[in-house]
Amino acid sequence: MDLKDKLISSFMAFENNVDVEHPVHDVRTEAIKNFEHKGFPSKKEEAWKYTSLNSLQKIDFSIFPKQDNAIEYKDVKKYFIHEIDTYKIVFIDGVYSSHLSETTHDGVDICLMSSALTKPMYKQIVDVYFNKVASKDESLTTLNTAFSREGAYIYIPKNKMPKKPVEILHFATGNEASIMLQPRNLIIVEENAEVQIIERHQSLTSNDVLTNAVTEIFAAESAIVDYYKIQNDTANASLIDNTYVDQKSKSHVKVHTFSFGGKLTRNNLNFFQNGEYMDSTMKGVTILGEKQHVDHHTLVHHIEPNCESHQDYKGIYGDSSTGVFNGKIIVDKIAQKTNAFQKNNNILISDKATINTKPQLEIFADDVKCSHGCTIGQLDEDALFYMQSRGIPKKEARALLMYAFANNVLESVRIPELKTRINKLIANKLGVNLGFDL
Amino acid sequence: MLIIKDLHAQVEDKEILKGINLEVKAGEVHAIMGPNGSGKSTLASVIAGKEEFEVTKGSVSLEGEDLEEVSPEERAHKGVFLSFQYPVEIPGVSVTNFMKTAINESRKAKGLEDMPAKDMLKLIREKAELLEIDRKFLSRSLNQGFSGGEKKRNEIFQMAMLEPKVAILDETDSGLDIDALRIVANGVNKLKSKDNAVIVITHYQRLLDYIVPDFVHVIHNGKIVKSGTKELALELEAKGYDWLKNEAVV
Repeated sequence: MDLKDKLISSFMAFENNVDVEHPVHDVRTEAIKNFEHKGFPSKKEEAWKYTSLNSLQKIDFSIFPKQDNAIEYKDVKKYFIHEIDTYKIVFIDGVYSSHLSETTHDGVDICLMSSALTKPMYKQIVDVYFNKVASKDESLTTLNTAFSREGAYIYIPKNKMPKKPVEILHFATGNEASIMLQPRNLIIVEENAEVQIIERHQSLTSNDVLTNAVTEIFAAESAIVDYYKIQNDTANASLIDNTYVDQKSKSHVKVHTFSFGGKLTRNNLNFFQNGEYMDSTMKGVTILGEKQHVDHHTLVHHIEPNCESHQDYKGIYGDSSTGVFNGKIIVDKIAQKTNAFQKNNNILISDKATINTKPQLEIFADDVKCSHGCTIGQLDEDALFYMQSRGIPKKEARALLMYAFANNVLESVRIPELKTRINKLIANKLGVNLGFDL
Repeated sequence: MLIIKDLHAQVEDKEILKGINLEVKAGEVHAIMGPNGSGKSTLASVIAGKEEFEVTKGSVSLEGEDLEEVSPEERAHKGVFLSFQYPVEIPGVSVTNFMKTAINESRKAKGLEDMPAKDMLKLIREKAELLEIDRKFLSRSLNQGFSGGEKKRNEIFQMAMLEPKVAILDETDSGLDIDALRIVANGVNKLKSKDNAVIVITHYQRLLDYIVPDFVHVIHNGKIVKSGTKELALELEAKGYDWLKNEAVV
């Protein structure tokens, strides 16, 4: 049985475990119909031209994880930003781990999607927000919607800000030979509220893992959301991340994506600007080696006037790695005075590495500032010689230049300990110990 | 200290250096002058080990060691320093971090531990003062958005930090106003000792008023066509290079 058939037949088993009277049940049923109709995207589709899911579909993934796969905090501590205190929502093989988590209901709700979807006290909010910005026809999103049961639920009421950042961690233990996970996150940040979130998917073995995640983020008027995605998974772990952001006036939402590993990573990052005077920022650092593949597909839809969007993606590709950047900007006719900026700079450090980069601008308004720039280059030989002439060995000089290349993306990281961690990951990835504390 | 023998070098099959002979002893200052395109900067790059230039004949040796197989960074560790005519901008790396890396890599090559942070800071402050460099400047990205004068001052600051045996100053005077020129020259003079040597590459006599050379050499068409004392520089200033070009043809 191929993966699609397996998923569709599993849906019935899945329904036996959830409340079919719940309104979300109808949403799920619609969603599985759509997935059944569309199936997995193929390379014939423009949006999937450079990313093939074929080999993943041949793996016999386990769809329903076993219930309790305990892991000790000391064994996974390194994957947390443990230098600071954080709220933690942790899942092991898709199952919530209360042992590793630290949730709260103290003025804000930082807890579980499963609670939000089942407990009456959340019903009103779930009715308003659940599956409202996520696509209802993109097949992988609807696949996730069909199986949506668990994930992070974060609700920040008006004028509130949690005392500390939130970490969402998904561990795969490898107790199943291969596992498919479909976490579903719902994040609602009300008027003038603020939240910082760090998300990571981490496999702890070399067994196959496929994660198809959907995150919906709602930022109300003047809300501030900082979302950081750390993608540094093992060679057999693949991730399809579908993130949808609905922004209202004067809100600021930033998503940083740090892609340093994994077999196949696809980031579908979609922003919808439903208001004025807001800012959407997407930044990414991608450093790949071996046969790793990362595909960044971004969309900003400027629906109303006087808004800004900023995209800045840097990529460094070594060995036989491949990268894709496709940045789509839509400016509606009434969205005058839009400022939309997009940059994608890449360095290829190996002859076998590949990058496909494509800006896609659809501008229907006439009074806008839109700029885009894609570059693909090698390291500057003159800069290398300059550094060598000061006694810095070539390998370190290259690393320093690559670090410098990626650096301006890090400037906007607002959690210093996270910034330090990312810097260390970059240094590790480049295989050097730089002579100073980054 | 530095001995250059019959040095020939080419880039992409074009021969630029056509037999340079030069000996620089410890404690000496040599000036190398010559018209544009004569090979001055190439000579500087070849001494520093730039791979783009292929040495086809002859040799460069430092304290008796042939540098042919020595990488640019190893040359730096052994005491060669090149002040660039066009220092490269490196966004994202501060002057301080760059110098820390350079110093510690050099120490590593000598089997020494990293310099303690406190000592490093002290050294940086001390040398920055010598070049009248503001402390804020040190946290800026290396050379990015620096004025011409700031870049050159920063080069000499790096020289002060690294304390080379042989420093080559490639057109360090270009783009400097008179005050910056004085600061830079003053820095170089303070760093000069009986144990090190300086090679000043310049078009003009101006810098040599401040950094007084023991010897002046004129390069034309890849060769040293005339050598003399500091008076030669004055003569060049007065007469230009043409009389030497003609002489070289003969």
